[in-house]
Amino acid sequence: MNKAIITVVGKDTVGILAKTCTCLAENGVNILDISQTVRSDYFNMMMIVDVSRAVKPFADLGADLAAVGNTLGLQIKCQKAEIFEKMHRI
Amino acid sequence: MINISEVLETNKMIQDENLDVRTITMGISLLDCADSNLEVCCKNIYAKLLRYAGRLVQTGEEISRDFGVPIVNKRISITPISLVGASCCKTPGDYVEIAKTLDRAARELGVNFLGGYSAVVSKGMTPSDELLIRSIPEALAVTERICSSVNVGSTKTGLDMDAIRLMGEIVKQTAERTKEHDSLGCAKLVVLCNAPDDNPFMAGAFHGVTEADAIINVGVSGPGVVKYALEQIRGADFETLCETIKKTAFKITRVGQLVAQEASRRLGVPFGIIDLSLAPTPAVGDSVADILKAIGLEHPGAPGTTAALALLNDQVKKGGVMASSYVGGLSGAFIPVSEDQGMIDAVEAGALTIEKLEAMTCVCSVGLDMIAVPGDTSAASIAGVIADEAAIGMVNQKTTAVRIIPVIGKTVGDNVEFGGLLGHAPVMPVNRFACDEFVGRKGRIPAPIHSFKN
Repeated sequence: MNKAIITVVGKDTVGILAKTCTCLAENGVNILDISQTVRSDYFNMMMIVDVSRAVKPFADLGADLAAVGNTLGLQIKCQKAEIFEKMHRI
Repeated sequence: MINISEVLETNKMIQDENLDVRTITMGISLLDCADSNLEVCCKNIYAKLLRYAGRLVQTGEEISRDFGVPIVNKRISITPISLVGASCCKTPGDYVEIAKTLDRAARELGVNFLGGYSAVVSKGMTPSDELLIRSIPEALAVTERICSSVNVGSTKTGLDMDAIRLMGEIVKQTAERTKEHDSLGCAKLVVLCNAPDDNPFMAGAFHGVTEADAIINVGVSGPGVVKYALEQIRGADFETLCETIKKTAFKITRVGQLVAQEASRRLGVPFGIIDLSLAPTPAVGDSVADILKAIGLEHPGAPGTTAALALLNDQVKKGGVMASSYVGGLSGAFIPVSEDQGMIDAVEAGALTIEKLEAMTCVCSVGLDMIAVPGDTSAASIAGVIADEAAIGMVNQKTTAVRIIPVIGKTVGDNVEFGGLLGHAPVMPVNRFACDEFVGRKGRIPAPIHSFKN
């Protein structure tokens, strides 16, 4: 398992989940968990994914997702999970 | 499992509060590059630097992309060059040739600074140490990315007053040689006491002789994160204040630890230490002075500043050491003037003087840092300032440093622009009374009584 965290931040709109998931499916990325919340009028979504079978290098996957975000007017980031685990767990 | 609020908190720190990894610094030993022929020595140095650090910048950028955290600087520290050049350098000009070689390597590798154009003369200078020191003004004038440092004392050895007197002159000469650029050379020259061998931060970084062949040291940052956390608990008691700083320092340091381990793994170079220092930049919101304000001071320099800084420095360490197995370097709060907008504001408001800064350096790392003073300040006065600061380090068993810039052609009330991370600064007054007779004495100040622990 090679976990990564995808975050989607921006104004809520139709098709965010569909387009993000399509991009992930095309790249061989498995979704493990999804959660979302609205904070200060912003839509926040977080996905925990497994990129161990991704068909592309991690950096390219990140670029693809960022491009999907651009078409929707959102910021989509893909980061390896360790940064969050290290920071918030002893 | 990680939850969404934790993820959002981390990304907010990065995006809004300037959390970053300030530097990945690769320490490289150049001891095996020494040769009796200067040309061969330079060739050896260039080849080794390119061989070891060829992938440093690229790897740093990859790690930054993978974790989504900025890694601002990729840098190199090397063995104090006075040791490497001892057998082939017969004049200061010979050392300058090595400086040019180092600068060429730094440019080729894409690192913004390379530190270690240095001499460690805590107790005395060898002829080659002295040649290196005398070459510093020229070396800093003809290179772009080289940082120089001289360690003039330690708790164990006392203070080498001959070296301190010489450094007063060298600082002045360096200012003169770079006067067209607001004496910028002095911003890359630091005089230390109790210099650590594994410091990743410039200008004082060098790869000490106690270190392995190559090592990865990482300096974290994040004053903005601490400030933001403190703004959420305004008016709280000291226990809450301390807990908040500690927890925040832990989180910041963990990011540094992760980056250091990744860099070490990807580059195949052992991990050395994490330096816990809170390092400000001139960017708004990236200021140690702002933390002091959030603790409850109108400006740094107000009564209570030293106590607030002592508290901050201690809590950063307590939180940080829990987050990493190997903590080293300088590890504390930096209080440079020109690199911290809040400190600049304090000086301009008349709240902060060199004397108060000196008091503050007793309780934090590192020392009188990036302070612009009038260009006509005498070499003896600069030596006196260095001696004062070194004495604080020696007696308190801590690192202290002086990075002072006598800006040629400028005086109190003028402003100096260094650019980039070095920032800008108002020229501050230095006490105008003389110390020539004191610093003119030859020899050493003996080690303090509490250094005799054997």
